[in-house]
Amino acid sequence: MFGLLIIVPVAPLVGFLILALMSSHHPSRRVVAAIGVGSVAISAVVTLLIAVAFILSPPPGHVYLQTLWTWIHAAHFSVSITMQLDALSLAWMLIITFVGALIHLYSSEFMQDEDDWNYARFFSYMNLFVGMMLILVLADNLLLLYLGWEGVGLCSYLLIGFWYQDPKNDRAARKAFIVTRIGDTALLLGLFLLFDNLGTLHIQTLMARAVDQWPTGSSLAVTVAILLLGGAVGKSAQLPLQIWLPDAMAGPTPVSALIHAATMVTAGVYLIVRTHVLYMLAPSVMAVVAVVGAVTLVLAAFSAVTQWDIKRVLAYSTISQIGYMFLAMGVGAWSAAVFHFMVHAFFKALLFLGAGVVIARLDHDHDMFKMGGLRKELPLTFWTFLLGANALAALPLISAGFYSKDAIIWDAWSSAHGGPWLWAAALLGALLTGVYTFRMVFLTFFGDPRPFVREHSPMTKPGIRVHLPLVILAVLSVIGGLLGLPKWMGGFHPLSDFLAHVLPPVARVSTNISEGAMEILSALAALIGLGLAYVLVMRLPSFLRRLTAMPAVAALHRFLFVGWGFDWLDNQLFIKPFLWLARIQKNDLVDLAPALVERVNVAASTVLGATQTGQLRWYALSIVAGAVLILTGVIIL
Amino acid sequence: MMLNWLLLIPLLGGFAAWLAGLWRPVWSRWLSLIALGTYSVLVLWLWSVGNGRLTPDPDQIWWLQFNRAWIPQIGARYHLAVDGLSWILLALSGLLGMLAVGTSWQEIQEHVGFFHFNLLWAIAALTGVFLAVDLLLFYFFWEMMLIPLYYLIGIWGHERRVYATLKFFLFTQLGGLFMLIAILGLFFVHGSATGAYTFEYQLLLGTSSLIPGWAFWLMMGFFIAFAIKLPAFPLHTWLPDAHTEAPTAGSVLLAGLVLKTGAYGLLRFLYPLFHESAARFALIGMGLGVIGILYGAVLAFAQTDLKRMVAYTSVSHMGFILLGVFAWNDLALQGTIVIMVAHGLSTGGLFILVGDLYQRLGTRDITRMGGLWSLAPRMSRVGLILALASLGLPGLVNFVGEYLILVGVYRTYPWMAVVAAIGLIIATVYSLWMIQRIFTGENTAGWRIADYGRRELTIMTVIVGLLVGLGVYPQPLLNAGRATLKHLQATIASVGPEDGERQDSTCTHGHPLKVDEDNTVYVPEEGK
Repeated sequence: MFGLLIIVPVAPLVGFLILALMSSHHPSRRVVAAIGVGSVAISAVVTLLIAVAFILSPPPGHVYLQTLWTWIHAAHFSVSITMQLDALSLAWMLIITFVGALIHLYSSEFMQDEDDWNYARFFSYMNLFVGMMLILVLADNLLLLYLGWEGVGLCSYLLIGFWYQDPKNDRAARKAFIVTRIGDTALLLGLFLLFDNLGTLHIQTLMARAVDQWPTGSSLAVTVAILLLGGAVGKSAQLPLQIWLPDAMAGPTPVSALIHAATMVTAGVYLIVRTHVLYMLAPSVMAVVAVVGAVTLVLAAFSAVTQWDIKRVLAYSTISQIGYMFLAMGVGAWSAAVFHFMVHAFFKALLFLGAGVVIARLDHDHDMFKMGGLRKELPLTFWTFLLGANALAALPLISAGFYSKDAIIWDAWSSAHGGPWLWAAALLGALLTGVYTFRMVFLTFFGDPRPFVREHSPMTKPGIRVHLPLVILAVLSVIGGLLGLPKWMGGFHPLSDFLAHVLPPVARVSTNISEGAMEILSALAALIGLGLAYVLVMRLPSFLRRLTAMPAVAALHRFLFVGWGFDWLDNQLFIKPFLWLARIQKNDLVDLAPALVERVNVAASTVLGATQTGQLRWYALSIVAGAVLILTGVIIL
Repeated sequence: MMLNWLLLIPLLGGFAAWLAGLWRPVWSRWLSLIALGTYSVLVLWLWSVGNGRLTPDPDQIWWLQFNRAWIPQIGARYHLAVDGLSWILLALSGLLGMLAVGTSWQEIQEHVGFFHFNLLWAIAALTGVFLAVDLLLFYFFWEMMLIPLYYLIGIWGHERRVYATLKFFLFTQLGGLFMLIAILGLFFVHGSATGAYTFEYQLLLGTSSLIPGWAFWLMMGFFIAFAIKLPAFPLHTWLPDAHTEAPTAGSVLLAGLVLKTGAYGLLRFLYPLFHESAARFALIGMGLGVIGILYGAVLAFAQTDLKRMVAYTSVSHMGFILLGVFAWNDLALQGTIVIMVAHGLSTGGLFILVGDLYQRLGTRDITRMGGLWSLAPRMSRVGLILALASLGLPGLVNFVGEYLILVGVYRTYPWMAVVAAIGLIIATVYSLWMIQRIFTGENTAGWRIADYGRRELTIMTVIVGLLVGLGVYPQPLLNAGRATLKHLQATIASVGPEDGERQDSTCTHGHPLKVDEDNTVYVPEEGK
């Protein structure tokens, strides 16, 4: 059964190849959709079979390896194309293939407006994206992981810039690729260091040797952990490399769903969880991870509150939610991070797909202030979106997000690596999440339809291929919490049990506050957030307008709106100096040296050429003068 | 004798193509293709000869050799020999030669016969460079290579071709001169010390240790010659001009093969002949490599002439070669060989792409391009893949080379690898910038162009196929080079009185670990 593993990454890659080769022959949409959706669906079905087999009769050691061929073997360096199936890669595979398949299904209808050629191009990129992400999580060595890692970056570039005619989109696409590549280069250096010191890139061997050879807190472990973290913050859009993600909204909406839920941004989380042994050897870096997560989640949440573009709200919400996962990892709550990753995949895919329906209804306008009252017109979208929003805001009991996020908040308090500040940041984030989530819901779906909505008459109603993924994801966003219930609700946590072979449990310190009390606090935070959003958006919109009209508040609003000025900073620190350097160097200053030789030669030849007058008297004089000169020289010497 | 055929086929084929061209131009194209096809078949046949010798055998490093007296009065011999390293470059010569003929099919319409004569003679001279193991013979082919290239650029080039050819000729001629002096130096030192006056590579290997003081300066003679050809910063300035003005086929030969002679010279001659001096020079050599990587990348970004841009990416990529050679350990050297092939394919491909664009648009100015994707999707996809190869995306062969070099360099000089890695980021910037300027964005200039036809698509399919194929399975390339590298390193270890420490560093690096046994997944492939 496990031998089928190969099909999981290969099916979407084959789909990509077929679609890429077909795309210039204007294939029919039906065929393209069948291949594009089918290939990922095959992966999903095979993954499900493997998952069932894995749970019923796990392979020896709870790891299954499938080697295809030796990739690079030179001297004592050797890596192979080998896939590694264990509980962790299985968890990721399930999300990638299932959520990926649902997004593909949705896209087959959503992208109908594209012409045949672009339709095929779109699905070929999407399939490649899924395939590369699967390689990333299945790789048994870090170099193959790096291949998937870069492949994912490439696909994000291709898809964010999918509508390439607009230079703005291309700019966003390049930004995503280049910014993440800065992180990737750090990761690559980490690979050099690991291989140089431990002599392999095979992940399991690496971890074993690291534990063997590096004492806790050794400088090598710290350096490696920092370098890998550099890669992770790039892909997962955490401080200070988070700047690419909000702009990545330039791509089609299903692409955003894929990037945020199933692929790409969760890669950084996967990398750190996968190499958690290294991080446990470097407690100081774990603290850095926790702080990065905590700071990112608060900053991004503040920015989300100020956006008017519905997709940018969701983008900042992703940065913020991934921040929670980083926080969880930083305090050693590895399986809580995986739990939140899975739940986040459900509701974030759902929210993007729902937002896609809304945007399509409004002729591709993203401005929430032009929306309103859509709950009557798009009831199914509204209800599913609401369930997704509940999960994002972690409304108590009725949403999966409640269980996964509160597990993190509790761990931030009770873990040996946690502390009151991290906990406070997580709680503040929970409040802000409530505010921005329901601000978005109220602006979009409640109130009366704004003129803009009425001007744009409804097109054809979304069909089954759009609705089915919404419904499935909405159900998962509600019941996903069953993967890990807190102690006071029965302590049923199949996910962390399942991951127990791969990930260690949280090291806790005893506290005098119970988990249940903590849950009530965070539930209150979410509800207060909801209440605030309700009061400000629905009840007192005029007060809000007056407030934002005050100069100080307006300035603050602008500052948060542009994401705390990180883009401006990067522009000043990196982009402008680079462009300046390129401009002054355009003509290659080194070339001045040969040019100087040329000048001297030309000048000399002009001078000497001037002596060639053609006048006999001048020549005779020259000969005599020369002879005299030489003779004098000879006599004197 | 087989090795002589490798020289004779392009030489005779060149004459035949010239004559046929006087009558019917298209015949000279077909004749050239046939000649280079035969050449390639011969090279493939050579592989079957060498395959048994992929494992190093200290006595029998050459797969095949041909050794006759040439100028007996001075001990010069006509000695050709082939091993894995030479073989790789011969294979690249055959392939790129055919692609160069293919890409000139429409572009070259004047003096077609003479054009192909020069093209084939350039291939012949390159073949000689890669085969000669007598230093004087090597020098002969080294200089012979210039003349057909001079004509190729000078006759079929663009507007400023006279300036470019002169610059190209003077630079490389100057380098050749330094090398000749160094060769003669070695010749006399060896002769006076042992009484045997010879140019034979194998015999001269230990000579430099006889003259510790002078060896460094003789090495510099070789270094300048090879650094100009490579080209290494700051001797690179002839390259952008030569490339920009050359016809497409000329650029393909320049980038794919002529630059490789510099890399080949460093690997085959400079380091083995002067390993002690080279080891002392290593830090400067690697420093120049790193500067070249960054400098070339920044300048590539700054260019608006597409061909000039690609030329500067070459400078950047060749920096990796300098880095790899002077790191001189197993991994870096294997990476160097991979980069030689990878760069030949990817940059050769980029120059062909630029040529195809120029034929359609009549300009190389990227500020006037844009939005070509929907007009020419096939061409755009090829361009994208070539750009991705250039930025070192894993899965394409360039990555394998860059990775191995950097990981090898990291073992000896970590900071060099760290700084060089920044080049990867700048490479991303200029590659994506290039794609944006040419293919995406809006078609503001209102271009209407045709997509790739069958001939162009075939050329690009070969290149892209090899880039991807060798990217996921580079083993043939690595295996072919390994025996040569083992031999070179063994030679140094046996003739050199010192330098033991550096040799050590390639094996264990002082870390308490066992590296070879633990790579559980590797299935040995050689020696089957």
